[in-house]
Amino acid sequence: MSAALTEPRLLDAGEAALVVEFGNTVDPAINDRVLALDEALGADPPEGLRERVPTYRSLMLHYDPLVLDRATLAERVRTLAASTATQTAGTTLWTLPCCYAEPHGEDVAQVAERTGLSIDAIVAAHAGATYRVYMYGFAPGFAYLGGLPDILAVPRRPSPRPPHPTNAVVIGGGLAAVATVPMPTGWYVIGATPARLYAPERDPSFFIDAGDLIRFEPVDTATFDALAAREAAGEPVARRWEAR
Amino acid sequence: MMAALTIETAGPGITLQDRGRHGFLRYGITAAGPMDPLMHATANRAVGNPLDATAIEISTGGVTVSAEDAPLEIALVAPGFRVSLDGAALPVAVVLNLEPGRTLVVRAGAAGSWGYLAVGGRFAVAPVLGSTATHTRSGLGGLDGRALAGGDRLSVADGRPGDAAPQRLIAPWLARDPGTVRVVLGPQDDYFAPDQIAAFLAGPWTVSPRGDRMACFLDGTPLRHAKGHDIVSDGIAMGAIQVPGNGLPIVLMADRQSTGGYPKIATVIGADLGRLAQARGGMPIMFRPVSVDEAVAARRAERDILRAPVAREPVVRTSFASDFLLGLNLVDGVTDGRP
Repeated sequence: MSAALTEPRLLDAGEAALVVEFGNTVDPAINDRVLALDEALGADPPEGLRERVPTYRSLMLHYDPLVLDRATLAERVRTLAASTATQTAGTTLWTLPCCYAEPHGEDVAQVAERTGLSIDAIVAAHAGATYRVYMYGFAPGFAYLGGLPDILAVPRRPSPRPPHPTNAVVIGGGLAAVATVPMPTGWYVIGATPARLYAPERDPSFFIDAGDLIRFEPVDTATFDALAAREAAGEPVARRWEAR
Repeated sequence: MMAALTIETAGPGITLQDRGRHGFLRYGITAAGPMDPLMHATANRAVGNPLDATAIEISTGGVTVSAEDAPLEIALVAPGFRVSLDGAALPVAVVLNLEPGRTLVVRAGAAGSWGYLAVGGRFAVAPVLGSTATHTRSGLGGLDGRALAGGDRLSVADGRPGDAAPQRLIAPWLARDPGTVRVVLGPQDDYFAPDQIAAFLAGPWTVSPRGDRMACFLDGTPLRHAKGHDIVSDGIAMGAIQVPGNGLPIVLMADRQSTGGYPKIATVIGADLGRLAQARGGMPIMFRPVSVDEAVAARRAERDILRAPVAREPVVRTSFASDFLLGLNLVDGVTDGRP
């Protein structure tokens, strides 16, 4: 993989955060390098490294500059980035139940209008794809997913729609996402999952990591309700598969 | 019975904050934490608490509190605000013994956006994801993830009475001129031509009154982007200055989102975040670029300030000289006797 040989750019975000930038596009090969560095630093974190925030194309490292100086961190990053080129993403696959029917798939009809697809075709396309968790951001547990089929690539709304319910399954701008916390959104709500990607009182509060793969499994409204009840009782309804 | 602090009345935006919720940014969880970390730490230090303990962050909405069941030692650090105990004015940086039946009132004054109230002992609030910091947008921390309101009762574990007479805190490091804020350029300063970087630094910018815990908005002459205003979303540090499509910079503060898609021209250094947070709407500010080394040195100096206890002196209501001298630093309306 020749991309592995290019040096990342190191950009300061003040004196307590360093951005390790591998590129400036949404690209699985770039994201692989972000996640590989994230994993390597996580396996043996230098003292003073406080947080690692993987995004599509960069890894933000928050550090305590009174414990870890910038030069030491930068050297460590350069060494790891040059030697850690193996793909680490995609070793864990999750299946999440997803109900596309009313009342959950609030905006499916609008997506049908914009794409010219039938609702069944939208569901088949969305549930037929395998997604990669590129990153979390925007809100607690908001998971940005790559892998949306091109036929579902609708632009985001010019202005936000009213707040969506919890655990909405959304698409927009060529990407997919699971939106955990109700908020106004520029995305289209095409369904909901009873699985809670984020539950602050649960241990762990998050179970899906950046780099994991996701598939959606269509369920009807009655099944959704039954699964939601199980999830609420503390029995996770997302299923995990090792794809290694 | 455990002592308690009762919130009699609270304006909007009064929250419990500890050092912030760290370790979950990668899952989209904002750190929150104090808007002015140095002032927050000073209040905690004054009552012998860990520097990052839970304290009440007071907005310009103001707050009225009283003690329940037992006297409590209170440190209040709120430069620019008006502070009174049962109607008698107090210094704006003070430790006092709050006895049940007495009322401590904090109101917005001529300057300052945030003040801090720490209690000797600790607020018995359950941490969420390792922190009590309140983030109202996602409903995390504090009391049920919300701002404090009249009628709330905050239990205080290991509470203790303070000295009988209020004592003024001597904290000259809190006398900070918000006029010039130091920044490290980047991470996306290359999205702006050199003349636009110069325009950003020269300003002058005016702090918009619509700021909150999430962001400080700046008004002035819009900046132009050299390569458009959309980037592929990446991480956001506290103090990041993003420039959206309208060209007016936004400084992202404690309640910011963890990632975002606008170019960030510069980042406010840690030691100057509190100064900027204290600026009120309409106040002019400029930016001065510094190196990472200089920013680290400023951060180190700030840490070292609070290694020693905060000095105190008796509140002397008749000494014009003392009040005058301290007034240069911190004090607003100490001797006028009005609430």
